[in-house]
Amino acid sequence: MAEHVIKMPDVGEGVAEAELVEWHVKVGDPVREDDIIAAVMTDKATVEIPSPVEGTISWLGAEIGDTVAVGSALIRIETAGNAAPAEGKPEPAAAEPRAEEAKPATAAAGQPDETPPPASPKPAAPKPAPAEPAKKTAAAAQGMTGAPRPEGEQPLASPAVRLRAKEAGVDLRQVAGTGPAGRISHDDLDAFIARGSTPVATTLRPNTAIEEVKVVGLRRKIAEKMQIAKARIPHITYVEEVDVTALEELRTKLNAAKRPEQAKLTLLPFLARAMVKALAEQPQINALYDDEAGIVHRHGGVHIGIAAQTPGGLVVPVLRHAEARDLWDCAAEINRLAEAARSGTATREELSGSTITITSLGAMGGVATTPVINHPEVAIVGVNKMLVRPMWDGTGFVPRKMMNLSSSFDHRVVDGWDAAVFVQRLKTLLETPALIFVEG
Amino acid sequence: MKEISCKLLVIGAGPGGYVCAIRAGQLGLDTVIVEMGKPGGTCLNVGCIPSKALIHAADEFFKVREIAQGHDPLGISLTAPAIDMAKTVAWKDGIVGRLNTGVAGLLKRARVKSIEGRARFRDGKTVEVETETGTQVIRAETIVIATGSVPVELPSLPFGDKVISSTGALALKTVPANLAVVGGGYIGLELGTAFAKLGAKVTVVEALPRILPLYDSDLVKPVAKRLAELGVTVLTEAKAKGLSPQGDALLVETEGGQTQAIAADHVLVTVGRRPATEGWGLKEIDLDMSGPFIRIDEQCRTSMRGVYAIGDVTGEPMLAHRAMAQGEMVAEIVAGHRRSWDKRAIPAVCFTDPEVVWVGLSPDEARQTGAEVKIGQFPFSANGRAMTLQGEAGFVRVVARADNHLVLGIQAVGSGVSELSAAFALAVEMGARLEDIAGTIHAHPTQSEGFQEAALKALGHALHA
Repeated sequence: MAEHVIKMPDVGEGVAEAELVEWHVKVGDPVREDDIIAAVMTDKATVEIPSPVEGTISWLGAEIGDTVAVGSALIRIETAGNAAPAEGKPEPAAAEPRAEEAKPATAAAGQPDETPPPASPKPAAPKPAPAEPAKKTAAAAQGMTGAPRPEGEQPLASPAVRLRAKEAGVDLRQVAGTGPAGRISHDDLDAFIARGSTPVATTLRPNTAIEEVKVVGLRRKIAEKMQIAKARIPHITYVEEVDVTALEELRTKLNAAKRPEQAKLTLLPFLARAMVKALAEQPQINALYDDEAGIVHRHGGVHIGIAAQTPGGLVVPVLRHAEARDLWDCAAEINRLAEAARSGTATREELSGSTITITSLGAMGGVATTPVINHPEVAIVGVNKMLVRPMWDGTGFVPRKMMNLSSSFDHRVVDGWDAAVFVQRLKTLLETPALIFVEG
Repeated sequence: MKEISCKLLVIGAGPGGYVCAIRAGQLGLDTVIVEMGKPGGTCLNVGCIPSKALIHAADEFFKVREIAQGHDPLGISLTAPAIDMAKTVAWKDGIVGRLNTGVAGLLKRARVKSIEGRARFRDGKTVEVETETGTQVIRAETIVIATGSVPVELPSLPFGDKVISSTGALALKTVPANLAVVGGGYIGLELGTAFAKLGAKVTVVEALPRILPLYDSDLVKPVAKRLAELGVTVLTEAKAKGLSPQGDALLVETEGGQTQAIAADHVLVTVGRRPATEGWGLKEIDLDMSGPFIRIDEQCRTSMRGVYAIGDVTGEPMLAHRAMAQGEMVAEIVAGHRRSWDKRAIPAVCFTDPEVVWVGLSPDEARQTGAEVKIGQFPFSANGRAMTLQGEAGFVRVVARADNHLVLGIQAVGSGVSELSAAFALAVEMGARLEDIAGTIHAHPTQSEGFQEAALKALGHALHA
C-alpha cells in the first residue's frame, strides 16, 4: 500500500489559506479518480477538490470550519500501488479524523413526540430534547440525547433542582430537561417558571430544542464582514421617496420595443446609470476608505456591487465599470452576474472589487431598510418596494408609482448634507429619466 | 395529671425521631420528643454504632492475632495478644454514652423539650406519657410516630440468657467459645464475623440457599470466601429447630432432613426486625396498615390527619439514614414547606469483611425495568491502593442505561468500601451519566479510582483493566 497526500491547493491569486466547508468523504471511504473529496472556500469562491487517484481515504486533515494554509496536507489516500512518497506521519491528536463531528445534533427533530394517552388527565411529560453538540457517531448521539422518559419515571434532576421545583409548586414531570440524558437543570426550571402556568392543552407543548449550527463557509464570511462594517463604520441612513411613474413608463416602452438579443430591463440598470451620473458630481461617495491608513481612495471607475441572495447566502457580484456601459449593457451584465451568483459559478474576480453597492430585497423590499455598508466602501443604496400610492399634486390626490431609497453612508468621510445631496440627485434623475441620458 | 400542649410531638428519639425534632426546633416549631430509653434509638444504643465499635475492636484484635501467629507479610512480629472483652464493651459503651449526650445536647440546643417515658396514644391529638414522676399528658397539633423496630424472635428460640438478639450480643462480657448465628443476613454476618475474629467458633445457619440473600451472588462471593478463611461454618438451607435438651447446642435440620446439633454457648438470632407497633396505642388511633407496617404516603402522612410516621415502623429498608431523611422532611412539612419523598437512592452498607455497598438498581433489577443496560465492573485486585491495604478482594460495579448512559445503580464489595457509598449515592441522586463519573478526577492512589474505572469500563475503555 502506498499513500497519496493531497495538499490544500492554491485556489486563487494572493490566497494564503482557505476554509474547509465540506467533506464529501470520511475515513475508510473508497474514492475513484476525480471523485470530489472536499470543498474549500476563499474570501469569495468555493473550490471543489477532486481526488487525483483511486484508493481509500485514510486521514482527513481538518474539520469543517477549519482554516487551512495553502500547501498543507489535507487528505491522505491509501492507494494500491507502492510509489507515492508519504510525507511525515499524521499528527496524532490534532488530526483525529472525525468528519461526523460537525453535523449539528439532529436529535430534537429525530425524536418524535409521543402522543399522550387520550385518557390521561395529566399532560404527558414533555420529552427531553437536549441538543448537545454531537460528539459521537450519529447513532450514538441519538441515544445520548433523547432517551424518552416513560410515563411515571422519575424526572432526572439534582436534589437542589427538585427542592426548588417543590417549593415553586412545579411538577418536574412537566419540565423538559435540556441536560445530558434529559436532565433538568436550574435553567430549565427557571425557563419553565418564567413561562408561567403549566400548559393545559395537550397539543401545545414547549419545544426547548436547541440546534447548534456551526457558522462556517459563506455564512462565516458574511458574519465577519458584517461585524467589521458595523463595528467600524458609523452609519448614517437616509430614506427618501422617489416617484418612478415616468421611469416605469419608459421602462415598459423600452422593454416592449427591445430587440430579442437585448436583455429585459429591470429598474436596476436605470439606477446604475443614475448613480454613475450622480457620482460623477460627488466622487467622495464612490470610494474605498482605508481607515487604518487614513486614506480615502476615490475611484474613477464605478464598480457597483449588487447584493444578491443565493441559496448559499448573500453574495455581491460586481458590475464593473458601469460608467463605461450603456443601459442595455448594464442590464445584460447584471443578468449574467445574477445568474452566475445564483448557480454558484461566479468567479472570485466577479465577486470582488466593488466601489459602491446596491441592495434590493425586490418584491419583499419593505418601506425602509437600514443597509449595512459593504466595507471598505463608503455608501450603499437600498431599493425598497415600489407601490402605487396616492400623492397630492396640489389640487388632488393622484395615484403615483412610488419607491423609497434607503441609503447608508460612512459618516466618517461623508457628511449628512453630502449624503442628502447625492440621494436628492438620484431622485431627480430617476423622476425625470431623460436626465439620465442627457450628456454633459 | 400534668398537661402540656405543643405544635409537634415526636414519639421515639431514634435517628428518625431526633432528627425530626431537631429540624422542627430549628424551624421554630414548639416541639416535644418522648423516648422511653436513651436518645439515639436502636441505631445509637444497640445497633449501628455499638456494632461498628465491636467490629472495629474485633478487626484490631484479629490483626494482631494474625501477626502473632506468624501470618504477617509486612514483617511485623508479636507475642500472643489477649482481649479483655469487659474493657472492650466498656469502651464501646463510652462511645454510645458520648453520642447519647450529644443527641440530648442537640435536642436541647434546638429548644426541643425531651420527656423520658413510655408514650401511649389516647387519641389522634393526645398522648399520655408514663414518666418516673407520673403521667404526663401531651396535646399536640401534629404527632410523628417514630417507634422503630425490634429484633424478630423465633418461637422455637425465645430470647433469654442462652438465646440472644443483636442487643444481647453487643453486651456479652466474654467471647463465647462456640457461637451459633441463626440468620445469614447482614446483622448476623456482621456480628458473626466480629465474634469469629475475637476467637469464637462461629456457625451461621441460614434457611435460604445462600447468605445475604438480598444481594446478588457476585457481591456475596468475596464475603463467603472470607467467612471460610475465618473458619466460620455456613449452613445454608438449614432450619434452626431449637436448643438441645441440655441447652448446650443448637438443633438444626439440614437439607436432607437430618438433624444436626451445633455446639453453642450462645445462639444469636438475627432473622430480621419487625416494626414496633405494640405498646403505644396503635389500636386507639386505628391507622391503616401496609402489612406489618404503618401505611404512609409520599409525605409520611398516615391515614389519620395530623399523624405522621417515619423510620422502621413504616417499612423497608429499615435503615437509620432513611429514617433521618424522612424525619427532616416531616419537620419541614409541618413547618409549612412543600416537601415530598423524592429520593432516588437509599444506600445500604453491610459491614461484613469485606464490606458491601449497594446503591440503586442491580444489573438484574435494571434489566427488569425494560432498559438495555451497560455494566462496568472493576476489581480491586487492579487497584494500587487496595494492594497497599492488603484488601484486593472485591470490585466496584456500575450499572447504567445503554441508551443514555444514565447511572442506575452502583454496588461494591471490598475492604473499606462503606466510605465510597457517599460518591455512589451522590452520583445516582444527581442523575450522573457514566461520562460524569469517568470525567471526574478521582484522587490517586485511592480505592475510589475503582469507581471511575468501573464507569470507564462500562463505556468500553477502562485504563487499568
